[in-house]
Amino acid sequence: MADDVFKALADPTRRRILDELTDRNGQTLFEICGRLVTRHGLGLSRQAVSQHLAVLESAGLVSTRREGRYKFHDLDTEPLEHIVGRWLGPKTPRTPKTPEGTP
Amino acid sequence: MRINLTSVFVDDQEKAQRFYTDVLGFVKKHDVPLGGEDRWLTVVSPEDPDGTELLLEPDKHPAVKPYTTALVEDGIPAAAFAVDDVRAEFDRLSKLGVRFTQEPTEMGPVTTAVLDDTCGNLIQIMHNGG
Repeated sequence: MADDVFKALADPTRRRILDELTDRNGQTLFEICGRLVTRHGLGLSRQAVSQHLAVLESAGLVSTRREGRYKFHDLDTEPLEHIVGRWLGPKTPRTPKTPEGTP
Repeated sequence: MRINLTSVFVDDQEKAQRFYTDVLGFVKKHDVPLGGEDRWLTVVSPEDPDGTELLLEPDKHPAVKPYTTALVEDGIPAAAFAVDDVRAEFDRLSKLGVRFTQEPTEMGPVTTAVLDDTCGNLIQIMHNGG
């Protein structure tokens, strides 16, 4: 699961898609394509953007919502919370007292 | 050569006439019976009555439904119209119950929004600038 998230985040275009969904949640494929090309100069085909969205969706970072005849894409930050919680959890890391402290 | 007619497929010409005139604000230009229920029905902008006509074309051909369904699913508009102020139109049309699939958004040099024409299509409205 975490591997999928890191893989999804490793691509700059996919990070841009998440940026734009942060600006406004619930976008159609058309809106995402328009934002990528006009705001970031990323002139990708709709198929390419669709594939990026599929990677984000399989990592759980984007979910697809059908509403009547339309399909909207929503940002889901839950997988990021798991990642951050792994190292920035409620437990404060203890500074080892000796240089030989357990890593 | 010039573009004097363009068309959108509509699932109901009567409903389309009402939406494109009463809601969007275009005016009827031609309305010619074609036999049966179908009409040659066009509208124009009141700001440009001799300008490009929009044909509200019946969607009975079997290829139309899968085509419009796939476009609407991905949020792709069938036509785009120029307005003075996209946000003002968004406010006006929202109050009339029009559903937008994309709220006003700055897209580089233009501001755009996308609405549902209730007859099977999405329509983009746009103006130059932010």
